[in-house]
Amino acid sequence: MSPTAVHSLWTTAADPISKIDAPKIEYGQLSPTLIVISAAIVGVLVEAFVPRRSRYYAQVFVSVVALAAAFAAVVGLAAGGYATTKGHIAAMGAVAVDGPALFLQGVILLTGLVAVFTFAERRLDPEAHGNRVDSFAAQAASVPGSDSERAAVKAGFTTTEVFPLALFAIGGMLVFPAANDLLTLFVALEVFSLPLYLLCALARRKRIMSQEAAVKYFLLGAFASAFTLFGIALLYGYAGSVSYATIAQVVDGSVRTVDPALANTMGNDALLLIGGAMVVMGLLFKVGAVPFHMWTPDVYQGAPTPVTGFMAAATKVAAFGALLRLLYVVLPGLRWDWRPVMWAVAIVTMLGGAIVAITQTDIKRLLAYSSIAHAGFILAGVIAMNPDGISSVLFYLAAYSFVTLGAFAVVTLVRDAGGEATHLSKWAGLGRRSPLVAAVFAVFLLAFAGIPLTSGFAGKFAVFKAAAEGGATPLVVIGVISSAIAAFFYIRVIVLMFFSEPRPEGPTVAVPSPLTSTAIALGVAVTLVLGLAPQYFLDLAGQAGVFVR
Amino acid sequence: MQNLIALLVAAPLLGAAVLLCGGRRLDRSGHLIGTLLAAVSFVIGVVLFSDLLGRGADDRTLNQHLFSWVPVGGFRADIAFQLDQLSMTFVLLISGVGTLIHIYSIGYMEHDERRRRFFGYLNLFLAAMLLLVLADNYLLLYVGWEGVGLASYLLIGFWQHKPSAATAAKKAFLVNRVGDLGLSIAIMLMFTTFGTFAFGPVLHSVGDAGEGRLTAIGLMLLLAACGKSAQVPLQSWLGDAMEGPTPVSALIHAATMVTAGVYLITRSGALFNAAPTAQLAVTVVGAVTLLFGAIVGCAKDDIKKALAGSTMSQIGYMVLAAGLGPIGYVFAIMHLVTHGFFKAGLFLGAGSVMHGMNDEVDMRRYGGLRKHMPVTFVTFGLGYLAIIGFPGLSGFFSKDKIIEAAFAKGGTEGWVLGGAALLGAAITAYYMTRVMIMTFFGAERWRNAATTSPDEPSAEPAAEHRGEHAEPHPHESPRSMTIPMIVLAFGSVFAGAFFGIGDRFLRWLEPVTGHQEGNSPVGAATVTIATMVLLVVGAGIAYLQYGRRPVPAVAPRGSLLTRAARRDLLQDDFNHVVLVRGGEHLTRSLVYVDHTLVDGVVNGTAASFGGLSGRLRRLQNGYARSYAVSMFGGAALIVAATLLMRAV
Repeated sequence: MSPTAVHSLWTTAADPISKIDAPKIEYGQLSPTLIVISAAIVGVLVEAFVPRRSRYYAQVFVSVVALAAAFAAVVGLAAGGYATTKGHIAAMGAVAVDGPALFLQGVILLTGLVAVFTFAERRLDPEAHGNRVDSFAAQAASVPGSDSERAAVKAGFTTTEVFPLALFAIGGMLVFPAANDLLTLFVALEVFSLPLYLLCALARRKRIMSQEAAVKYFLLGAFASAFTLFGIALLYGYAGSVSYATIAQVVDGSVRTVDPALANTMGNDALLLIGGAMVVMGLLFKVGAVPFHMWTPDVYQGAPTPVTGFMAAATKVAAFGALLRLLYVVLPGLRWDWRPVMWAVAIVTMLGGAIVAITQTDIKRLLAYSSIAHAGFILAGVIAMNPDGISSVLFYLAAYSFVTLGAFAVVTLVRDAGGEATHLSKWAGLGRRSPLVAAVFAVFLLAFAGIPLTSGFAGKFAVFKAAAEGGATPLVVIGVISSAIAAFFYIRVIVLMFFSEPRPEGPTVAVPSPLTSTAIALGVAVTLVLGLAPQYFLDLAGQAGVFVR
Repeated sequence: MQNLIALLVAAPLLGAAVLLCGGRRLDRSGHLIGTLLAAVSFVIGVVLFSDLLGRGADDRTLNQHLFSWVPVGGFRADIAFQLDQLSMTFVLLISGVGTLIHIYSIGYMEHDERRRRFFGYLNLFLAAMLLLVLADNYLLLYVGWEGVGLASYLLIGFWQHKPSAATAAKKAFLVNRVGDLGLSIAIMLMFTTFGTFAFGPVLHSVGDAGEGRLTAIGLMLLLAACGKSAQVPLQSWLGDAMEGPTPVSALIHAATMVTAGVYLITRSGALFNAAPTAQLAVTVVGAVTLLFGAIVGCAKDDIKKALAGSTMSQIGYMVLAAGLGPIGYVFAIMHLVTHGFFKAGLFLGAGSVMHGMNDEVDMRRYGGLRKHMPVTFVTFGLGYLAIIGFPGLSGFFSKDKIIEAAFAKGGTEGWVLGGAALLGAAITAYYMTRVMIMTFFGAERWRNAATTSPDEPSAEPAAEHRGEHAEPHPHESPRSMTIPMIVLAFGSVFAGAFFGIGDRFLRWLEPVTGHQEGNSPVGAATVTIATMVLLVVGAGIAYLQYGRRPVPAVAPRGSLLTRAARRDLLQDDFNHVVLVRGGEHLTRSLVYVDHTLVDGVVNGTAASFGGLSGRLRRLQNGYARSYAVSMFGGAALIVAATLLMRAV
């Protein structure tokens, strides 16, 4: 560092405090996030001060009320015009309040609410020592199989921390698609990732597997975060700013100098390309696109199933929201550089997810690969680079998240002595024993496969249409081929459930409390409504599909 | 006012949903809910009707657009309704007669433990049929069309414990599928020709399309109409459909289902007018069917099957009239409405007779019932007079007009069609008189029914349902059954005169269907007199055969024609030889190709994907370090590719 630079640093620091403007925060417009984060903090206080036996009820109450209130705030903001005409960048340029952000926040809050229902389910596992238990470990800190674990189970401990953890994660997810500068993006990424790593480790049964999943997720997640952070640094070097708007202006050449201190690096295209690719890569990791998908099957399988459902639905929504904003707001001037690469990623993601899913034998792994294939389909819509691309992706995310939550909720119901019976062979003949549960699961599978009259068809149709209009017809062809491959393994499960002889030692279907029933019923209802009358919701997504810049 | 249209469909649909999803707790009240909602639909229909009457003749079309289902490019599937004079006529018939049949069913199905479900299906039937006639485009019409098919399947097979009923339901469904295929092809052709399904645009731009196209569409629509309306060659399901409970027969024959084909042809009138070949085919089908049905009706000893043959024949009249073009549309619909009254009345009467006779259907075991069931006798008798076209009653006005119109077609065609229609009138008089005499007059043959040998060869599949060979005790049916019969009898007597005198119905319907007078080679009076003469001849022969001589308890062997007619003119034998055998051969050869060629390709593809999947799966080895390497490699590739893109 040159002496002049050091001098300038000293003198800057010595300037009177009065020169710093107090940040102007639009609390009303940020209220959904603020409500959720405050509720998470209240949840931590509940853990600290409320007696053990009432914690569960207090936590469920706080979570449900906070999520419902936050959703009401989102609806209020959208009704107030922030989703369309009054779209606006709040908090000194850090957070966007616009259509896509509010739409995705609404979806995240609803899926979060439904996920909290499945977290709170306490009727599926048989009672342990007279205490009702949920899907989470009695005491996360105790070593699996140890005396302290047995003692914790006997004492009826429950890990009610999952509720504040989920709220923190949801809080981060709310900021993620709305983040309007790279630092906010990164902070939000970490805020929602860290609680998820923890949640993955908390399964009540198969704890070793659950902990392994969490460690893998954490290691790879940290690795991906490092890429993202490095990419952010490079982009800052290129543009001299972390703000989306400024970077976009530098990219398209309307602004040249931002910071004289960066005169050497600014405008260096290599920094832009490498930095952009690395930030995008971090987001592709979160959505589970090939080749950054490897964590998905292991983590989906090991995590407690309610967490898997939550993660699969909400993380995907948040990460695709951030990806959309990054590509459409920051890097549209660069689309001739990144589009071919994204094409390739979308193709290998669609084909890879669908092909590997064929030979899966575990229902949770199967759904994990299915989620990879779906990430590919959504990427096809993202690449379209037209207004329909945005709205179709928004619609797809809303449709997909409810199908996913419902499907994983059904997985929690099918159980044998070892907990959930996730091996596919155990699902044989389920349709004869529990026609209703099998029929509901069949609806979800048909929606995943994209059969008409389900939301999956409407969503797939919308993204493929947008992609075709955006000039990506080959991508659509490959998408349809992948859908055909994917239909094979979805329908194979249906055939297995309805046309195979039940096995004598087969699993039983647990009778859930109204919590899980509500989650599943909502999933079915949304799937059918979006499938039968998609136009209203496509219009809604279309109205919301404009980014504020 | 137009916002009420959707409620017409919604009320019975709601009823169906409530009754079918409500479960056992609705067992006690289900039939009342179902009847109430059918009546609600009728009341809404009346309100809308009075609204239409208050408007000028050219202003009587109401539209309601609910929403568009997936508009994509040029493809628009609208959930939208259109109510005009034609739809209104059908709405009143469907909901009015439908409601009466609901009321009747309360009594008829009283002892059936699945009565709630029965009413749910009845409501579904009404909803589907109302949707069919209210749709403003062919695609939505198709939804109703399929709904009618589904509901008829459920109702014909309602007594599913009887294998014959289950088979009959399947048969009706399958035969209808053939017709449905025609409708779906017609709709696709319409879309490729006109780019839309909506009635307005399609029918107004008929002039822009080539005649070949229009003929193809017309023939496909005719195929569809043949399926639903039981016209030759897709007539075979109608007779077997009598396996359903009698109210269902009444509903299928009078108010819903079989009228759908006539509606379709009349609605597509503009299209048929521009495709004379298709129109000729319609008249031929109508003429053949009206004779076919009439002949079959003469030979049946099962009262319901005799009436079924009669329906086929009467619908034949309507199709014939609809095929005549603008000179016939109005009369087709007018006959449809009057037929709705008297056929519903006849079926409900037949049901009432069966109700009093331990579910006996063989007319050879009836006789002399007029003393025991006076109300049924009088209402059935009025229906009988109406259907044979007794002067002054409903059938007289509507059928006479169709015969006149057939002659007015002109040329040889006119003579042939008119002759067939006249001959049909004579046969109608014959078989209906036969039914009347065998049921209500003559010796009380049921008195010794218990002693006749039970193992006589009998064609009726209902044989096992006939009770315990105990002597029946004929009695009049309960009030809930007789009142609908009385109401329908009023319609049978007065509807024709009300419509016909002063051309009231003509003026009502003309703005929709158009009308022109034909120039008949024979005068109207001549036709009427000829009809009357033939009527007397037909009824007289029947009287001589069945009124003067005792009716044998076992049917005589009869002539070749009689035996053929008893077997429905060999329709099933024909289908078996031509379609089933031929189909089997075709299937076998296709299966061969499928196994060797198609499966080879498909299984090969599947196996290669499976192998690929197995290999790719091994990449997922469970080690976080390998995953990290894959991510690093992916990142390197992406960065390299991005830089490369810039360099190129």
